[in-house]
Amino acid sequence: MRFLFKTDYEDDIKLFPHSGYLVSYGILLALLLIAPYVLSSYLMSQLVFVCIYAIVGVALLILTGFTGQASLGHAAFLAIGAYTAAYLQKYNVPFPIYFLAAGGLTGIIGAMVGFPALRLTGIYLVIATISFALIVEEILARWESVTHGNEGMRVKTLSLLGVTVPRDSPTFYFLCLSVLVLTIVGTLNLLRSPTGRAFVAIRDSETAARSMGVNVALYKVKSFAISAAITGFAGVLFAHKLSFISPEMFTLQLSIEFIIVILIGGTFSLHGAVLGAIFIVMIDPFLTYLKDDMPGMIAGIAATFGAGPATAGNIQSKVAAFASLNGLKGAIYGIIIVLFVLFEPLGLYGRWLKIKLFFQLFPLYKRATFKRQKIYVKSERNR
Amino acid sequence: MLDFVQQLVSGVALGCVYGLIALGFVLVYKATEVVNFAQGDLMMLGGFFAFTFIGMMGLNYWIGFAGAVAAMALFGMLAERVVVRPILGYPQFSIIMATIGLGYFLRSVAGMIWGTDDLKIETPFSQGVLRIGSLVLAYDKLSVIAATMILCTLLYLFFNKTTLGTAMRASSENMLAAYYMGIPVKRVVSIVWAISAAVATCAGVLLAPITFIHSNVGLVLGLKAFPAAVLGGFGSIPGAVVGGVLIGVIESMAGFYLPEGWKDVAPYLVLLAVLLLKPEGLFGHHVRKKV
Repeated sequence: MRFLFKTDYEDDIKLFPHSGYLVSYGILLALLLIAPYVLSSYLMSQLVFVCIYAIVGVALLILTGFTGQASLGHAAFLAIGAYTAAYLQKYNVPFPIYFLAAGGLTGIIGAMVGFPALRLTGIYLVIATISFALIVEEILARWESVTHGNEGMRVKTLSLLGVTVPRDSPTFYFLCLSVLVLTIVGTLNLLRSPTGRAFVAIRDSETAARSMGVNVALYKVKSFAISAAITGFAGVLFAHKLSFISPEMFTLQLSIEFIIVILIGGTFSLHGAVLGAIFIVMIDPFLTYLKDDMPGMIAGIAATFGAGPATAGNIQSKVAAFASLNGLKGAIYGIIIVLFVLFEPLGLYGRWLKIKLFFQLFPLYKRATFKRQKIYVKSERNR
Repeated sequence: MLDFVQQLVSGVALGCVYGLIALGFVLVYKATEVVNFAQGDLMMLGGFFAFTFIGMMGLNYWIGFAGAVAAMALFGMLAERVVVRPILGYPQFSIIMATIGLGYFLRSVAGMIWGTDDLKIETPFSQGVLRIGSLVLAYDKLSVIAATMILCTLLYLFFNKTTLGTAMRASSENMLAAYYMGIPVKRVVSIVWAISAAVATCAGVLLAPITFIHSNVGLVLGLKAFPAAVLGGFGSIPGAVVGGVLIGVIESMAGFYLPEGWKDVAPYLVLLAVLLLKPEGLFGHHVRKKV
């Protein structure tokens, strides 16, 4: 294994701690760049959704993971970004301008949500963001002169510098990918800056942060604004990818999906947002697979273990009936959330770190390294 | 004027249901300082249990009611044992997420088992109205109001007058200290979940004649119960019911007097206003920590 000796502050905040990182991220980026010429169009489409979900995941990570402010209202920010883009598009505003405008407007609204949120912690903040999202949903459905209400809005094909970019072209994928990469690099830089350090300090202990001279209110609002703005950018891409938006796409369900993204990925590292996004987008193809191929496969296995063709057929039809049940997706979501909270609180990235550490320290690995500590906080009412 | 009173009564009846769900939030919050986001779904499940006992097995209404309450109390304990106990003492966010996951799961599974149709339970209160002058009050709404008052009183007495209630309050203030003082914290939490599931079942069964039971009813009403609980101050039993009634009345009035659309938003606007102006709620008390 490689030992990293950090001798000064510069070493501590390096973007790439050693050359190994550069090589592996370079290979990953190269693979992603050749992906559209290799993968099927369906998978490409999924990859675009992974990019969009990952951007929102990173945004939510800044707020929830690094500043410690939970939010169940990010679907509303996504909606505001998407609707701003769709509305400005009607007046032939060029893409770069409405892209920035969507992010800017969402950021301002995010800051406006952040102000009331200053006095709220924990559960109250979650409830406040839920009600913000529900109010936005209702406004989108009712403000018909701008949003066309429940009929929804069509989003025209993106045109960038005079070139049209259809929503399933490789160029659109590259656009999403570059926004994602820019977001990740930007966030990494943000987290190395004094602002990012202040965020983390607020998460760890608000009182301690304040006593170190951090302006807690200012940084909480900043965190809300930055997170919302990034989500707004993702909203523009989301609108273009779907080419049609309506209020019922931006429900509480979507907000919960975003939370699942960072929860499953791991709330302490940006890798988590990407891993979580991959996970959540791949549930749908997985369910399709479950419906189409799994019953036959299970019947085949049963046949090899000596079941007669009648029994195998019976098993096949039973599995198929189970897989096409209506609420299966919801049930899988529910189980996944509970299992991750109970058994893998550090998420997928945490699992990867555990595996890595196991091989690095091979005979000496201790399971207790990653053990969560119970804290038994005293009542919040007395804090 | 008559319209106003009519709206008021139906608002109060609806509000009592919100209050009953909010009571469940408050119970769990009082004892473990976390919010059970699956409370509405427990209510939905209770309604389905009652439907199974009364509608499908043809039991007497009261026996079916009692059976559903008992079954759900057991289910509440089971859910606590499986989902909450392993993460007791970890940050709030974990438990919130776990209960959201539980709610998701219950909703989907209930949809798979009982289908997605609206179900209805025949109750002794379904027919019949009380006439006072030209005012018409349906029995099913009055039954909700009466049951809420009874349950609220019982729970209030339980929390403030019995030893177990005191133990629950103690374990919420400081779980570890309560444990050291000999309070069986785990058992206390388990009992709290049983009680809150039972209360949720009462809400579900009483609600059945008013809005039908379907698998999403818990989500819809659970989200409405948040404003109720916050308005009353999380952690106050009378507060939950008063908050619920206020939200119900506000919603009912907004639906009647304001343009369409305000009805759904009004409770949340009130909620945001309360959080801004008086985060401790109407009945909550703000304790400053002494250093």
